[in-house]
Order: sequence, then structure tokens, then C-alpha cells
Amino acid sequence: MIAVILALLIVPLAVAIACAVLPARLAPVITPVSGVACFGLVLALIPAAGHRDLNYLSYLRVDALSEIFLLATGFLYGAVAVYAVGYTKHHNKDQDQQHRDRYARRFYAGLNLFGWAMLAAPIMGSLALLWIAVEITTIVSALLVAIEDTDGAAEAAWKYVLIASAGLGLALLATVFAYFAGSQLLGEHYNLAISPLIEVSKNLPHTPVRLAFMLAVLGYGTKVGFFPVHTWLPDAHSEAPTPVSALLSGALLATSFYAILRYYQVASGNLGSGFPRDTLLAFGVASLLLAALYVFGQQDIKRLLAYSSVEHMGILAIGVSFGAPVALAGVLLHVLAHAAAKGNAFMGAGVFTVKFGTKKISALRGGLDVLPWSGPLFLIAVFALSAMPPSGIFRSEFQIVYGGLSSGSYAAAAVLVAGITVVFFGLTASTTRMLFTPAPAQRALTRSEPSAWMVVPVLAGVVVLLILGLHPPGELTGLIARAVTQLGATR
Amino acid sequence: MSGVQAPGVYEGAANVIAAGMLLLEFGMLRQALVRDQVRLYMAQSALISVLAIVIAADRNLPDLYALAALSAALKVVAVPLVLRRLLRRVGFDEEETVGVAGSHTLSPATAVLAGIVLAAFGFFCFGALGIHGSAAPALALALAAAMVLVSFGLMIVRRDVASQAIGFFSLENAISLAALVVASGLPFILETGFLFDLLVAVVVFGMLIRAHHSRAESLSTADLTKLQG
Repeated sequence: MIAVILALLIVPLAVAIACAVLPARLAPVITPVSGVACFGLVLALIPAAGHRDLNYLSYLRVDALSEIFLLATGFLYGAVAVYAVGYTKHHNKDQDQQHRDRYARRFYAGLNLFGWAMLAAPIMGSLALLWIAVEITTIVSALLVAIEDTDGAAEAAWKYVLIASAGLGLALLATVFAYFAGSQLLGEHYNLAISPLIEVSKNLPHTPVRLAFMLAVLGYGTKVGFFPVHTWLPDAHSEAPTPVSALLSGALLATSFYAILRYYQVASGNLGSGFPRDTLLAFGVASLLLAALYVFGQQDIKRLLAYSSVEHMGILAIGVSFGAPVALAGVLLHVLAHAAAKGNAFMGAGVFTVKFGTKKISALRGGLDVLPWSGPLFLIAVFALSAMPPSGIFRSEFQIVYGGLSSGSYAAAAVLVAGITVVFFGLTASTTRMLFTPAPAQRALTRSEPSAWMVVPVLAGVVVLLILGLHPPGELTGLIARAVTQLGATR
Repeated sequence: MSGVQAPGVYEGAANVIAAGMLLLEFGMLRQALVRDQVRLYMAQSALISVLAIVIAADRNLPDLYALAALSAALKVVAVPLVLRRLLRRVGFDEEETVGVAGSHTLSPATAVLAGIVLAAFGFFCFGALGIHGSAAPALALALAAAMVLVSFGLMIVRRDVASQAIGFFSLENAISLAALVVASGLPFILETGFLFDLLVAVVVFGMLIRAHHSRAESLSTADLTKLQG
């Protein structure tokens, strides 16, 4: 298995370097190959990670929990790598070849590097390396947000890099205090490895652990998009190129949430479940309510989807706070289903913006008439995001709510259902207008898809959502069950 | 005899250096000219390296000598060099003479008062936590916490990208101080990883500052208001 893990760490990085140095026409060839290969590699890890923790040199570690996040990122990286081929064909159409080549080289190199950093983060066996990987995702994605070279992109990239880096500064402080706590029992040369820290968590000093957990929730939470440190998120998601927006939303936020879960494991082992769960509940509810307020009246389709991401991260936090095994299983399933659904929604929105030449919701009309595949697929993605059965999100949210009720958290479960319902109305009100309201006659477009490359990955996402919703494979449910045990489900 | 004892050489040095760094942070907060802020940042970074050497000598941790040298090369030489070149390239010197204190959202006096409130809050909160170990003077840690909050204040009250970047770099200095105080035994490879990350971050900050300047024709963030809601 070490070969598979090393391949995951090498392939996207090598492809990123190749994209930067080889002729630009090769980038759209090797990137999809890398994306799909990485998804295959991640799938190959399921059987092993479902049965035991894979530790190598104490710096590399894949267990059931990290494998879930690897699956989400691996799938989305693969899907987006294919989608990007169609996207770049239609991007900068009016520019000369030299400009297009330079853009393609930078874009594909950045995209692969971004995928690499996000795949690397859950593999890191040390909290320090995890921090470094998450910091690299920030740096690379900030450059990708700025790549469009518009006023909006420059503004979004600056806000993103400053706010996220400041947040990660707090996460670094959390790492320092985690070391301080660990070194009391594990000795001065403790390297912040995750496994021993969790093993001794019960006997660690309380105050540094509590502090590290709070700082981690606030610091990594900045990248998750928790209220009130979410302010970079809608800007960056709306101004980035669409394939990057999909990765930011479906994979990056989840990767940062993974970092919080690692601190959660240590904190709940040390402080008991009360404090960590209450903290996550507060951030989760605040984020959900914020999203429920902001999905109404959005003018920009990608901003609308960005607020939906804030909602879903809130749902994850609330789900963990319930603590019941069924809720935790729901949370982990939700990570996977959200990656597929949000990836689909962003990729669909990207087709709309290519076709109509704008992101303004009021100008996107008659989608079902002009986009024979992407129109219905976008509708499916939005319904899937809104937890319509039989999508995977219906199953995961059902489990989370059920877990909340069974653990006696009635008020939080009620807020959760109310928030999800409000966001459902906000999302569908805007998107159904895009699809069903006919376009004005003078703006009629021909009925065609911009590119098959932009449809195939969305179809794959629908298949994943159906599988997760109707009948998750046995190996996956086994993996989730093991991860739930690692998270220390009680109540 | 009372229970209060004079601090040892290491603890005394750590506390004095931490206090010096906090004072320099206040200097950055009130300093109008960015190039002076860069100088203060250099001094602050130099103090961090001195502290690393003191700890290395006191606790016999040879790794920390190398870390002190690396940190000095990066933060006292490389980062200020990059920042200065960048400022020269975008013609910030002329720009500053036109609107020297234009990037302050608060007057320097108010900003410093707000900084004192933040610093006191951080200092007393961390002091009350009582985190200290054999190698961790609680006072220096509380000062590091004060510095973290003041550097956040610096990023908030200045409205130009250069000062905001320096605010972030000094935040990193504050975290380095906390790390040296409570985590001086952290393996060298990880410390190097953090520093390397900072280097990459500096380059990216520089690229984005240049991108911002080429579009906005200034370093001010006052016009970054298009994306709202």
C-alpha cells in the first residue's frame, strides 16, 4: 500500500511540473489522466484502510477517516481534471494563441498542484505536516483565484490570501499548543504524529488541549468557511475559474474540516465530548443560519453556490456535535455526497456561464431550452444539493437529523431542518428561474452543449450521488463505520 | 523570604526579548511609512533569532542554532529584500510622499490605544491560563499572545496591501515566538517546513501585491469593495 500512497503524492506533483515545462498542448492530455489515475489510486486504498491504519515512518498515515476525505478529493480532482479540458477550450477564445498557451500552462500547473496539496493533506501523519499541506493549498489556490486577471479576481485573491493566511496563523498556534501538550507525555522530540497523540489524549494536560482545539476550529474554520470567518469564501468561489471553484467548494473546505476532526479526536479524548461538540454546534448553527439568510437575493450564480457551501459545512459541524454514531456516519457520507453534488452544481454553472457569457442569474434564462444535457443535469445537481431523494445528500442529512433526534438534541435538529428547508427555497427559487423561464426572443441562443468534456464528469457525479443515495457499497459502509469508531461516537 | 524569585538568565532573556518584540509591533502599528515598517520587521525578526540562540545555548539544543541562522537569512534578509524591491518596483516611495498616512483608518494615537487594549486582553487572558513548562516562561508566552492580537489589529487598521502583508509577517513572528517559548524541542525538519512555507507565502503575497498595484495603480485597498453580499 505504501506504493499507492507514494504514487498519490508523486503523480499530481509530477504532472503539475510537466504542465509548467512541457508544451501547452500536452497539459489537457496529461491532466485528465492524472486526475482519473489518482481517483483510481484512492479507490485502491479502500479495502486496506477499511481494516487497519496504514502508518509509514510516522509521517505518512492513511486510516478510515483520512480515506473518506481522500475519496472526496480524489473523485472531484478526477472530475474537474476532465471538465477543465472543455473549460479551457472555451476560455479566452478571443485571445491569441501565445496568450492562451501561457494561460493553459499556468492554469493546469496550478490545478494539478492544488489537487496534489489537497490529496497530500489527509495522508500527512503529523499535525505539523497537515498544517503545511493546508497552507500550500491556500497559497496555490490564491494564485488560481487571481489567474483571471480581472479587478474582481485581484480583489478576491487578496482578501482570500490575507484572511486565510491569518486564519492558518491561528491554526499554526493550535499546532504549537498541540505539540506542547503532547511533549508533556511523549517527550521533547515528539514530532506531532497523530496516532500517539490520540492514544495518550486522555492524560494530556487539559488547558493546552482546549486552547489548541479552539484555535484549530477558528483557524482551520477560516478555510472551512465557518461564520464569522467565512468572508473570503463567496468572493473567491465566484471569481475563480469554474473548475477551481468546484475544487475549492467540494474538496478544499472538506480538507480543512478534516484537520478540525483530527483536533476533535484529541480534544474529545482529553476533555470529554461536551466542550468540543458544543463548540462545533455553535459554529455550525451560526454558519447554517448565515447561509440561509444570504442565499436569497444573490445576483451571481457562483456566489449563490458558495453560500450553499457555507450551509453544508455548517451541517457537517452540527452533525459532529450530535455525536451519535448514525449522525457521524451521516457526516462522513455527507462529505462524499457534497463533493459530488457541489462539484456538479459548479460544473453545471460553469457551462451556463460559458454559454451565456455571464454569471448574473437574471441574465441566465431558458437553460433547459438551450442546454440539452447541462440544463437537466444542473437541475438534478441543485435538487441533490437540496437533499432530494434519491441523492446521497438526502441519505446523509437524514442520518444526521435522525442522529440528532436520537441523541436528544431536539432544538439543534429542528434548527438544522429549518435551515436546510430555507436554503432549499433560496436555491431552487433562483435556479428554477434560470432553467424554466424562457429567454427573451432577442437573446435566443442555439440549442447545443459547449463541450462534451463538460458533460461527462457531471454524469459521473450523478452516478456517484445515486450510488451513495440508493445503495452505498459494502466496502464504503465498512470504511465509514470504522471512521465513526475512530471519531469516538457515543451517546 | 517571599516566594518571588529573580528569573534565570534564559527566562529573563526570553521575557526581555518578547517585550522588545511587542514594542516593535507597536512601532509598526503607528509607523506611517511602509519602509520604516519593514525596518521594524527586520529588527523584530532579528530578535527572534537572538532568542533562538539563547534557548539553544541554555537548553543545549544544537538544532536551534541552525534554525536561528535559517530564520535570520529568511526574515532579516530575504523577506525585507523582496518587500523593498517590490515597493521600489511599484514606485511606492513617491506614492507615500503624496498620501503618507492615507492608509490609516484610525489616527496613530487611537490605533495605539486600541493596540494597548488588544495587547492587555491577550496578555492577561494567556497569563490566566497558566500554561508553562520547564522550558516555557509564562510571561513570554503571554507577550506572544499580546503580539498576535496587535498584529491582527495592524492588518485591520491599515488600508494598504503592503502594511497588511507586513501585519501578516509580524503575526508569523509572534507565532514563532510562541513556538520557541513552548515548543523549542519541535523537530528541526518541521520548523524548516514552517519557514519554507513562509518563504512561499512571501513570494505569493508579493505577486498578488504586484497584481493589485498593476490594476489599481496604488497599494490602497480602499477600492476593494466590488465584491459584496
